[in-house]
Order: sequence, then C-alpha cells, then structure tokens
Amino acid sequence: MRNVELIPVQDSQTPFLLPLFSCSVSAGFPSPASDYTDELFDLNRLLLRHPDATYLVRVSGESMKNAEIHEGDLLAVDKQMEADHNHIVVAVVDGECTVKRLVCEHGTWWLKPENPDYQPWEIHDAGAVRIWSVVTHVLHELIPGKLAALLRTRD
Amino acid sequence: MYALVDCNNFYVSCERVFQPRLDGRPVVVLSNNDGCLISRSAEAKALGLQMGDPYFQVKPLLEQHQVAVFSSNYALYGDMSRRVMWYLSQVAPAVEVYSIDEAFLDLHGMERFVVNSLESFARTVRANVLARTGIPTCVGIAPTKTLAKLANRLAKKNPEMGGVCHLDTAERRRWTLEQVDVEDVWGIGRQYAQKLYTAGITTAAGLAGCSEAFARKHLGGVVGARLVRELQGYPCQGLAPSEDGTLSRRTLCVSRTFGRPLTDFPDVTGAVSAFASRAAEKLRRQGDAAHLMTVFLSKSRFGLEPPPYSCSAVLTLPVATNDTIELVRFARAALKRLWQPGNRYTKAGVILNGLEPEGQTQLTLFEPAPVSEKRAKLMAELDALNRRFGKGTVKLASLVLPPGKAQAPWEGQAQWRTPQYTTRLEDLLLVG
Repeated sequence: MRNVELIPVQDSQTPFLLPLFSCSVSAGFPSPASDYTDELFDLNRLLLRHPDATYLVRVSGESMKNAEIHEGDLLAVDKQMEADHNHIVVAVVDGECTVKRLVCEHGTWWLKPENPDYQPWEIHDAGAVRIWSVVTHVLHELIPGKLAALLRTRD
Repeated sequence: MYALVDCNNFYVSCERVFQPRLDGRPVVVLSNNDGCLISRSAEAKALGLQMGDPYFQVKPLLEQHQVAVFSSNYALYGDMSRRVMWYLSQVAPAVEVYSIDEAFLDLHGMERFVVNSLESFARTVRANVLARTGIPTCVGIAPTKTLAKLANRLAKKNPEMGGVCHLDTAERRRWTLEQVDVEDVWGIGRQYAQKLYTAGITTAAGLAGCSEAFARKHLGGVVGARLVRELQGYPCQGLAPSEDGTLSRRTLCVSRTFGRPLTDFPDVTGAVSAFASRAAEKLRRQGDAAHLMTVFLSKSRFGLEPPPYSCSAVLTLPVATNDTIELVRFARAALKRLWQPGNRYTKAGVILNGLEPEGQTQLTLFEPAPVSEKRAKLMAELDALNRRFGKGTVKLASLVLPPGKAQAPWEGQAQWRTPQYTTRLEDLLLVG
C-alpha cells in the first residue's frame, strides 16, 4: 500500500463580497414562524452565477427592444461562458462593445439586432469580432426607480 | 511545488478589459497624482518607456506615439484582483495573495491530483483566468517560492514558453539560474547585488553555488542562507499570511503627495486629519489599537529650498486607541509642532506603531479613565454607516469641505481616470 499523504485544505481566504446590493433584515419579537423560515433568498446568487466571471453592464439604445432589452436595463453577463447560436452576447466590433444576438445561418455567423431599424452584422472575419461575454439575465424596471434615475442624469 | 501566478501589466490589462479598443495600442497607467508611469503595455515598453518615468519628462514621447494615458483607478484594479484571487483560491489547495497582481499557490500533493502534469494544470489556470477576467497571466512552477519567482520571470521574458515555466528537472533549474542576473533574484536588493558583483557572483547560478557560511556572512545571516537554499531547490518558506485581511500589520501608514504644494496651515491640517482618520479606520478593521503616532511633513526635493526636506514628530499616546476623534486630535497637535510658516509642503503622512489588540489596553495611573465603551460604540456605528452608504458618508466636521468645493486642496489630480466599471452602479460599462 502506498503512503497516505495528508494535504491540509485551508478555507478560502478570500470571501467574495458583492459590491452592488446589500440589505439587512432586523428581527423584532420572536415569531412562531422563526423556526420555519429559511435564509432570505439572495438575488445575487441568481444573477451572479460565477462571482469571478459575472459582470454587470448597462444598455444604451433600443437595438434589442424586441428581445425585451431596453435602454437603461441592467444586464448580468458571464465572461467565461462559451457563446453559441442564439445566445445574446456582448461583442466587440471595431473596439466598441455592443449587445446583439449571435446567430448561425447556413454556416454564416451574424450579430443580429432585435429591432427592424438596425442592420444585422455579418461576421466575415472571425478575428474582427470578439465575444466579450454572454448575457444571462436582464433587469428591467417596470416602475421608474434607480435605473431610470440614472438614465435621466446621463442625459 | 509552488506556483507563482503573476498578472501581466496588471493595471493596463484591467483598463483594456473594459476598453477593447486599446488592444494592440501602447497604453500606460500613472501613479497616484498622475506622477509617473507605474504600468506599461508591451507596446509602451517597446517604445523605451521605463517603469517610474516621470510623466512630465516622457510627455513628448507619449504624445508622439499617441500612447493612451490613464490615471490609476484602484477601485477597478482592486475588484479585478479580487476576481483573479477568488478563482485561484477555488483551484489550488492554498493561496497566498502576495500583492494586488500576484499570488503563490501551494501545489503540494497536486502532482497526483492533476490529470496530466503541473504544467498543463498551469496552462488551464492561465486560460481560465483569462476567460473569466480578461487578464493575461504568467505562471512559474518550482520546488521553492524563490525559484517559482524566477520561473515566472522567465515565462514573462520568453513568449515562446506560452506563459508557463515549470522547473521540474535539475537541468532546467540550472539553465534558468544561469539566465538570471543576480540582482533580479527575489530578496537581493541593490546593496547585496553590489557586494555580490565585487565577489564575482553575477548570476543566480553563482549565488546558488555559494557556501552557507558566505551567505550568512554577507547576505544578512540566516535570511541569506535560506535564500541560497531556496535557490538550490530546498524549500525554506511556506505560504505566508495574505494581504487580503488575514495578515495583521504591525505598522500602518497613510501618506499622500498633495495635488499641489500647500502653504496654508488649514489646508495641511485638513490633509493630516484625513490621513489620521483613514488610518483609524484601517486600525479598527484589523481590530487593533495604536499607542505610537508619527506625523511627517515633506517639502519638494527639486525646489530651491534647502534641506532638510522632511520633518516628523512622534507622539506616545497616553492610552492605546483606535478612536478617530482621538487620533485626529493627536495628529493635529503633532502637526502644530512641525509647522513652519513660509514653507511649501508637498507631502504628509501619519504612521501608527505599537499596535496591540483593542480592548486590552493598559490603563494609565494619571490620566482619567477613557470613555471608551461609548466611543467604541460610536466608532462601530461610524464604520457601519460608511460601509452601508459608502465611504465618507459620516465624517468629522474638520474633513467636511467648504461649500462649493468638490475636492480638498490636498487631493491629487487624476485627470484621466476611467469609470469604476465594476463597483459603482453609475459607472457600469455601457453597451449599445
């Protein structure tokens, strides 16, 4: 039998603290339900699936309006995901970041807007377009709040 | 086995992640206050720009070659660094965060765990860091930390290695040691390098061939002997506590060069109060209290005024404390002792020494007992509020700027700072 080698595994020394949202819940009188409640569900766990690879970006313009992505929306994007046909992606075209749908038709790849006013972009040369990340979630405000306020201050 | 993962041109790489148009162009990042170059892209290095070049000196060259220039954006670099380190802590048994852009991994026992070899493991790690953060890295793997540092250096210098250098065999180790000048060995500073050159030792290989007696005599005793042993491939140091909070500091220093020379006492007082207040926050975060405080003031070395260029005052505090109000009070008292009217001051700083765990303070015989409990609670509230609502939400009145002023007179210039893409809602990347 071979020797058993013990390798001490340390706890991760870098806790991952999320920078954007935080909330706390204060406790009042002990509630009969207190034994049955779970931890409050953390939306970050849904939005930021890979804490090191997920980034938040904001949308400008309406080129994706038919995909329900509108000006001022917040997108959660994943940088390590492999982009595939029909994914909505953030792509780098001529040094600028743009959000479009990545589509493969008859062997040709396209970056397609979801708005008839905009032109689709055919990817002739794979080197000319870089996929920055894949969009995983859209955060859209139905009642004007912080995001709408941000839009106003930008103009 | 240890690996050193080091990010390439880290600050420039961070800027490039969010500004893809900078790819392939020369880019530099300036130090605090836009003083000198602290990060250069490969293209900028090729133009002959050196680390630490003062901005005003190289400005014509930068303009001639249309080099993109940025002020440092530490909020962004800090967050990108945290992403890299978080990923590394997921794939290695133990990580030492050595600085903002480099980490040692302890790969002890990993040889059996990784499928192919440590080298292919390193290539995977490199590719994943790039995919997750957009930051390119180099990895050096070797039996000791000192050798891992050398291996990393070679991986950086020789692009054909594909960013990974593994010193697995004795021949490769020998070859590496011969490539590296002795002054580039981790732990050899300018003075030791001079000593070694006069002794005829010019490469790392020469240093590795030293006797222990020589190392002990000329390279600082046991530290030097360990360094030589490490170069020979015998590990003498494991992972140290990291920069990321597990490391408790024994000295705290907050100092800044002013945005412009200051001649008014209230302006400098504002600066020193801000530094003392920041130092107090840092002190509380690591759960310590200080009982020695040094305040220093500096003038420009390049001006017409005669030396001394710097003066300092040391205060022994009656009781060790981490109370912002107390520390600011003492700092101002020290400043009053130092102040000489008519001088143009360019820099100031507050240093705290004699740190001890808070709550274990020695009471004094003659001073009245401190009102510590209430004040400790006040400080805790202060920190909690500033954590929740952002830095500087609640501060001492002496740090509040006069109405209509956006920036304190001492605050540095950062003319070309990019948005805080990952830490401020207002600054998130816009995609069209």
